[in-house]
Amino acid sequence: MKAFTYERVSSPAQAAAAIARHPGAKFIAGGTNLLDLMKLQIETPAHLVDINSLKLDRIEPTPEGGLRIGALMRNTDLAADERIRRDYGVLSRALLAGASGQLRNRATTAGNLLQRTRCPYFYDTSQPCNKREPGSGCSALDGVSRQLGIIGVSEACIATHPSDMAVAMRVLDATVETVDAGGATRAIPIAEFHRLPGDTPHIETVLEPGELITAVTLPPPVGGKQIYRKVRDRASYAFALISVAAIVQQDGTGRVALGGVAHKPWRIEAADAELSRGAKAAAEALLAGAKPTPDNAFKRPLVERTLAAVLTEARA
Amino acid sequence: MVGSDDVDLNRRDLMVGAGACAALPALPGAAMAQPESGERTVELQISLKVNGQSHTLNVDTRTSLLDLLRENLHLTGTKKGCDHGQCGACTVIVDGRRINSCLTLAVMHEGGEITTIEGLGQPDNLHPMQEAFIKHDGYQCGYCTPGQICSSVAMLEEIKAGIPSHVTADLLAPVHLTESELRERMSGNICRCGAYSNIVEAITEVAERQG
Repeated sequence: MKAFTYERVSSPAQAAAAIARHPGAKFIAGGTNLLDLMKLQIETPAHLVDINSLKLDRIEPTPEGGLRIGALMRNTDLAADERIRRDYGVLSRALLAGASGQLRNRATTAGNLLQRTRCPYFYDTSQPCNKREPGSGCSALDGVSRQLGIIGVSEACIATHPSDMAVAMRVLDATVETVDAGGATRAIPIAEFHRLPGDTPHIETVLEPGELITAVTLPPPVGGKQIYRKVRDRASYAFALISVAAIVQQDGTGRVALGGVAHKPWRIEAADAELSRGAKAAAEALLAGAKPTPDNAFKRPLVERTLAAVLTEARA
Repeated sequence: MVGSDDVDLNRRDLMVGAGACAALPALPGAAMAQPESGERTVELQISLKVNGQSHTLNVDTRTSLLDLLRENLHLTGTKKGCDHGQCGACTVIVDGRRINSCLTLAVMHEGGEITTIEGLGQPDNLHPMQEAFIKHDGYQCGYCTPGQICSSVAMLEEIKAGIPSHVTADLLAPVHLTESELRERMSGNICRCGAYSNIVEAITEVAERQG
């Protein structure tokens, strides 16, 4: 690991100032992803700003009837919160499908959104990777791509976003709240938060340098059957091959988002409209224009079949 | 106070291929970059409590909590398996929660309270979970065992606190300990010897005794 300086801050203003003072600095919260990448020298910040004391670790109701989740709320606590379990079950389910008990105890809400891809070529520093080293090429295009993306991909990158939580946040229409170094706040719809790879796969979100996530806001509950179905190589503690987050109302209408298929949680509002016509129609709308590799072409039928299972469960 | 160990510092310096790395005086809560060129170390002073005993020591900011326990405090019961949060051998209990000590920095635990396998029980005063692992033969080589035991002790507390899991059928009903619950909740602890069925028996016995 490269040497780095370190400081603790106790307010968002201090955090912003600390980042501004140190070009190339990073915030650290749970650290479960960042430290892993620092050990491999994929991330090499010269300075870490520890934000664990910012007191952004609680959930409060919003005036609109939704919930405002503090950025530092741990995955375990968010999944176990009574309001989340009752009114946003798909979010609890997605969180509990991810990682291990130990990791969920450390990982935070904001950090989960900012997880970096698990593409094996991103991790293998002896191979070209446009995400790790812009312009070096993509080893995955002609490599082992079973785990990788099938839609929204580019010639520069076919990596997927690894989060389960973010897929549930997408189907719930969450909003990401931030503050920048100048103290200005903004609210970013989750749909616009993560970027597609294009020719700049190293830029993964719309966050500006030094911009800090303070909360994720959920709109008022929408009811319905809320289901998160994750398909993976092991029964537990594995990243998704594909996952389906769905909210299905009694009349068969609803919304659906996918994980494990793209550089961001994948939702096409036109596919929501097809949901009442069944899994085939919805899956076709979700994956129109997909460009799978021979290695991961199985993901297309897997999405349709998993969605069919989800819709059956919702009607039960 | 337990100071940093010169032997360990020299070894770390060799590992990063650095020459002499003068440590900076410790600054509370902040550290400055060494102005020299080449690889540098940055040290910070931290205070934390491990198994009830207070320690104040200077550590390289890069030191994981795992390395602090093993290399600085010589508490070698906690094991380093993958060092990437995938195997669970390094599981310890920090402020009441089980975590992977390899994926957290020592300096992030100023004022923290850490319990390792040495704090749960000693050879002449075993923790009930340690006794149960022995009785049910919940290990072969034993390398993952301290992590399995720390994890399982904290896991039973998570169930008592009503935290649901991936296999909990009803998110709104109380959690019951079943074998599938136990296996799901312990999936962050890998046993290469495959002693899982005996590990399940050991944890089940302790859980049932706790009621």
